Amino acid sequence: MARQTPLNRVHRALGARMVDFAGWDMPVQYAGVVAEHEAVRTAGGLFDVSHMGEIEFRGDGALESANALITNDLGRAADGQAVYAGLLNHQGGFVDDVVAYRFSPEHILFCVNASNREKDFAWMSENTPRVKPVNRSDDFAQLAIQGPKAASILQTLTDLPLERIGTYRFREGTVAGVPCIVSRTGYTGEDGFELYCPPERAEHLWNALLEAGRPVGLVPAGLGARDTLRTEMKYALYGNDIDDAHTPLEAGLGWIVKWDKGEFVGRPALAAQKSAGVQRKLVGFEMREPGIPRHGYAIGKPGQPVGEVTSGTQGPTVKKAIGIGYVPAALAAEGTPLEIDIRGRAVRAEVVKTPFKR
Amino acid sequence: MAENPKNLRYTKDHEWARRDGGGVVVGVTAHAQEALGDVVYVELPKVGDAVTAGSPFGVVESTKAVSELFAPISGKVTKVNTALADEPSTINTDPYGAGWIIELAPSDPSQLDGLMDADGYNELLAKTAT
Repeated sequence: MARQTPLNRVHRALGARMVDFAGWDMPVQYAGVVAEHEAVRTAGGLFDVSHMGEIEFRGDGALESANALITNDLGRAADGQAVYAGLLNHQGGFVDDVVAYRFSPEHILFCVNASNREKDFAWMSENTPRVKPVNRSDDFAQLAIQGPKAASILQTLTDLPLERIGTYRFREGTVAGVPCIVSRTGYTGEDGFELYCPPERAEHLWNALLEAGRPVGLVPAGLGARDTLRTEMKYALYGNDIDDAHTPLEAGLGWIVKWDKGEFVGRPALAAQKSAGVQRKLVGFEMREPGIPRHGYAIGKPGQPVGEVTSGTQGPTVKKAIGIGYVPAALAAEGTPLEIDIRGRAVRAEVVKTPFKR
Repeated sequence: MAENPKNLRYTKDHEWARRDGGGVVVGVTAHAQEALGDVVYVELPKVGDAVTAGSPFGVVESTKAVSELFAPISGKVTKVNTALADEPSTINTDPYGAGWIIELAPSDPSQLDGLMDADGYNELLAKTAT
């Protein structure tokens, strides 16, 4: 039996189509993926992302312990700032990609992928030098309100001065009377917020947001739109584009590796890869002939694979068939022609600049 | 959901077939397009291609998934709905009309009689509904 978020009943009442995602019974769409995608790009979308996990480090040395596990540098962040980071294994591969919230040097909260909640917690527990993490995943529901109208909708329900919460900054406050962590983050390429709240208040918060936003075009949005939105931005999806066997350097995420921060798990392997040269790279490509690339398709002529498609779709905003995949470094430059093996047919594509959506 | 027209024949794979003069027009049902979600791409056979009852003859793709199309009967492709290349979402908006997919010259027109009528198909849908 798939696990349910506190909003399961609400999704069903809204007529959502439910699917199993990482062991969770989640809404993939309500009205339709394309309509929801377009609503997020032009007005707003409300997502239930309560399946995501939260892992907390508290007490003296929390920052140092958390920072020793990740590629980005919490030491350089301000209190009230979040950083996107890699949680790596000793080979430099991704255990997960995470967002780390710095409340204070004594309080760090990680948001982790649903599929990796238990794995991350075990890995962190084994590898942390001092402060032991606490798995608080069941203590939070998470809603994401995303789109150009997200801030103005949210502002009608909170006294927090949202104009003073910059990108990747957060504050604690109440929204519609519900105590929340209000974080200016997201996974869509639009402005927006992610709200962490007590699970028993999630339904009230969801309904209040939807009611406040509906008149200006806010719609409930499912995992289908979330996927097309993030693909247009070339945001990595764990399990598709990144995993235990791929490093941040290969994934084009060198910017989340802060070499001057000191030691962190995976650093020696990463440094060795950097000096030896990165052999394969995650690129974005557009199809130049009809066909849609999909996760798992080979890159190269049929029978002669040189790489693999990790994500692909028809981009509703860019109105093109787009893909993400690993190719040898020699084929990673913009403008490089590729062929995608679509059901045994070599279909022409070209490496392009990303994000696809500008 | 749109009603399944009485004058069509249906398959368990959620295709429909309609006799039209000597030919047979083929498409997917309202239930199929609903299950697929937004159709964003179709891959169709060429005029003159032979298709076999129960075998794949093309592909429809939504934003998320790839699904094969299965021929309801055997025959030769005589027409392809080329408008779907530019407007694949017609399959969603008008599955029994402008969203038709191919027309066949049946090799054995009596194969149509082996398919479900609307009542039979509605029963199948009722049985598989969750």
